Amino acid sequence: MTQNNAAKPPGVISPVCVDEQGRLSGFVHSFETGSAVDGPGMRFVVFVSGCQFRCLYCHNPDTIKIHNGTMMTVDHVIEEISEYATFLRFAGGLTISGGEPLMQAHFIREIFYLAKHDLHLHTTLDTQGFLAAHLEDEWFDDVDLVLLDIKHSDAAKYLALTGQPLQPTLDFARRLSDMGKKVWIRYVLLPGYTDDEMDVDKLADFVATLKGVDRVEILPFHKMGENKWAEMGFKYHLKDVQPPSPELLQRVIDQFSQRGLYTC
Amino acid sequence: MNSSEGIFFIQPWLGFKGSGWQERIDVRDFIQQNYTPYAEDDSFLAPATERTKQLWVDISKLIEQERIKGVLDVSSDIGSSITAHKPGYINKDLELIVGLQTDAPLKRAIIPNGGLRMVEAGLEAYGFKLAPAVKEAYKLYRKDHNQGVFDAYSPDILACRRSGIITGLPDAYGRGRIVGDYRRVALYGIDFLVADKKREKAELDNEVFSEEILRTREELSEQIRALEELRQMAASYGFDIGRAAATAQEAVQWLYFGYLAAIKEQNGAAMSIGRISTFLDIYIERDVQAGRLDESAAQELIDDLVIKLRIVRFLRTPEYDQLFSGDPAWVTEAIGGMGEDGRTLVSKNSFRFLHSLYNLGPAPEPNLTVLWSNAMPKGFKEFCSKVSIETSAIQYESDDLMREHWGDDYAIACCVSAMRIGKQMQFFGARCNLAKAMLYAINGGVDEKSGVKIADGFEPITSEYLDYDEVVEKFEAMMNWLATTYIKALNAIHFMHDKYHYERIEMALHDRDVLRTMACGIAGLSVTADSLSAIKHAKVRVLRNDEGIATDFDIEGEYPAFGNDDDRVDDIAIWLVETFMEKIRQHKTYRESVPTQSVLTITSNVVYGKKTGNTPDGRRTGEPFAPGANAMNGRDKKGFIASGASVAKLPYHAALDGISWTATSTPNTFGHTLSDRVSNLSNCIDVFCNANGFHVNVNMLDKDTLLDAMEHPENYPQLTLRVSGYAVNFVKLTREQQLDVINRTFHLNF
Repeated sequence: MTQNNAAKPPGVISPVCVDEQGRLSGFVHSFETGSAVDGPGMRFVVFVSGCQFRCLYCHNPDTIKIHNGTMMTVDHVIEEISEYATFLRFAGGLTISGGEPLMQAHFIREIFYLAKHDLHLHTTLDTQGFLAAHLEDEWFDDVDLVLLDIKHSDAAKYLALTGQPLQPTLDFARRLSDMGKKVWIRYVLLPGYTDDEMDVDKLADFVATLKGVDRVEILPFHKMGENKWAEMGFKYHLKDVQPPSPELLQRVIDQFSQRGLYTC
Repeated sequence: MNSSEGIFFIQPWLGFKGSGWQERIDVRDFIQQNYTPYAEDDSFLAPATERTKQLWVDISKLIEQERIKGVLDVSSDIGSSITAHKPGYINKDLELIVGLQTDAPLKRAIIPNGGLRMVEAGLEAYGFKLAPAVKEAYKLYRKDHNQGVFDAYSPDILACRRSGIITGLPDAYGRGRIVGDYRRVALYGIDFLVADKKREKAELDNEVFSEEILRTREELSEQIRALEELRQMAASYGFDIGRAAATAQEAVQWLYFGYLAAIKEQNGAAMSIGRISTFLDIYIERDVQAGRLDESAAQELIDDLVIKLRIVRFLRTPEYDQLFSGDPAWVTEAIGGMGEDGRTLVSKNSFRFLHSLYNLGPAPEPNLTVLWSNAMPKGFKEFCSKVSIETSAIQYESDDLMREHWGDDYAIACCVSAMRIGKQMQFFGARCNLAKAMLYAINGGVDEKSGVKIADGFEPITSEYLDYDEVVEKFEAMMNWLATTYIKALNAIHFMHDKYHYERIEMALHDRDVLRTMACGIAGLSVTADSLSAIKHAKVRVLRNDEGIATDFDIEGEYPAFGNDDDRVDDIAIWLVETFMEKIRQHKTYRESVPTQSVLTITSNVVYGKKTGNTPDGRRTGEPFAPGANAMNGRDKKGFIASGASVAKLPYHAALDGISWTATSTPNTFGHTLSDRVSNLSNCIDVFCNANGFHVNVNMLDKDTLLDAMEHPENYPQLTLRVSGYAVNFVKLTREQQLDVINRTFHLNF
């Protein structure tokens, strides 16, 4: 995508990072060898560190700071994944999540490339899309599926919830649709913040105009990250918020389903 | 339908194929010649009938009363035997399959031959008293297994029992873990079985009357007597089981009578029923083909049998419950698997047994064990996964591993012990504590908790920092000592058990010449491997008390922990398993039994932890060990698959009695939809078995549900979950064990 200077996209992608031997590297928070909730089937998940969002409900606040991760070479990451490649080929694949993976776009592009071409894995990128405008279309060649987190449909509420603007994410969604990429939309349902019926309708209307959306996942807010906030020494703003009721969850699922979107 | 109806009265085998099994006892041949593999899905299954529901409601009321009281009632006036009790019923008008251990449901029997002391302690704990006549009989005229064992024990064995380095030995009650081939009762009837036992005995008429031959002859006579008692017991319920079963209902009933006789006579630690589903399917199919049975009626028979298997009870002591919590009986039924000819052994009846978990709701017994093979039909695999996700009541064991060793007609004794049905038995040996043995190596045989010298002739390590090579050398010597003492104890136990509490009816349903294994076991594998890893890869400083005993350890640096698919420590775990097995193999075992071992703790990981001081991996004194072969809690940081991969590396050839892994997760973490979860779980079990993983318990539970069940047990009578090798009603666990389970719930990253 061409960018003119006047419309320089917001945010910054980290510069290329290399280790002492000059090998391409990045910061990894942790590996999960068997996740079933980060894309189709069982996923090997690379959680990279670093995120420019400050979502109130973040359940991995320990991944926000890039230097909370461990510096690793691409080769090291690929070696970790390749142990499980046989399994992943029939049961799922590789997902890169975070943090916000696109902050380390150079690093993860290389991981996706090798996972795709050497290990022959299905690849998934879990992102909020904020930085995507910095990347050429070709960057996404080795990504089979994008899990796109759209955290709110209302720009002001989006800003209040995440600390960043909404528009780049919507632009990215449209661009993925035009590129013909497979996408799963993910929406965290947070009572009192993201459950307004009109807001949800607005998002569902938007999503319904996109091509390539195979699934919408409504993720009920849970408090499993709460103790991490305390450990990080951050204030947790959602102490008194309860997870959504089954009825509320169903209502939101229905709002998407009614527009012909497979929603779960 | 009753037993004297129709043409099948005279021709029980009408329509069955093959002749080998008709000429000699060979249940496997009968199955292979006659069963119908089933490769489709679960859509044929029938819901519970009103009759089934009513019967379940009737017994559920009693189960709830039992939960409150601990033990509902005990038949304390009479020592149990196959024929000791009059017939008993839950609701005679409703029951399709009859027979109870005593004259009333959930009324426990006393079985003093195993040990009168344990009977008395069990009675006292629940407010009952032993009848004076029984007490007198054992004081004056009869010796029990427990007395015999303690007559033979040596001081070092007693010291090991006291310190807890060896725990759970079956020296005070029935040893269990023997699986009679109860199918033989249905297929052949008592007349045929007695005639065959007489033949086996007559073959020995002209042998030299050595101790071995004399013992076998006496045992065969006891077996014949037991078969006659089984015939009598069945007759008291109105059935003549002299002939073979002629209908599906009779087959279930005959088979159950065989099993019932066993649990009337033995209160063993585990009383598996074997591998009966596909065997019984042959009878059901025959009746269905003949128009005598429909799906609903077939399911009723299985549901009725399952109800009976759910109410098997033994009188036990609170100490026993601490080790093996939740009142388990290990009525293990092995389901599925593949045949040696490549056909699946999954039949419609494999589904029906699992379906009982829906028709009757979840329950820990029977201990439903799926023999998993990647080659099994997808429909069955996915049904199993669905049942796991919705009930947490089943476990999986690798048929591909076991079939290679034990053929395609083996069953699972207890949790993970495979044995060829009717051709193999084991001498159950509980387990010893490897972590404590490592501490003994560091402390020169002195117990770190009591300060008492338990093992003589060893020097302690005196250096400030532990040196890996020195620890390993001393540890190997200590393992030698432990294996020696351990096998002495087991030889004493099993010699005396054969003598005073021989399993007459179970062995009557075996061939005369069986393979015997001496089933040893180890606890604390991961804590020991992690400790050695810390010593090797980090620096471990010893902190000693005033007597110079190493009571604590200071770790400088980091070490790789078991459960992360990291060879630096996984190789240590493999070394431990292989080395201790080798130590055991050095010893002469009773009755030339073949030594094996398991990596299985059942729930005793909590008690083992309690009895073991601080360990060099950083675990604090008293903290539970991990169950079975699991990684230590919270140290498997790379998730489910890496954790399972570490366990799968443990070599089955050095742990032929089984390797247990328990994986607990919340349903949500296995996928967003039920169909996602089903296929994900099924794929995970495939990959675990592909990697030579042996056993996995699968739990899918929400933490909040468990916490609520702790507060309101009355609301969760059927909440079931798997612990190492068996399933329990969560509300029947001790509080400590409930907390252990909750803390262990697998945390995936999000």
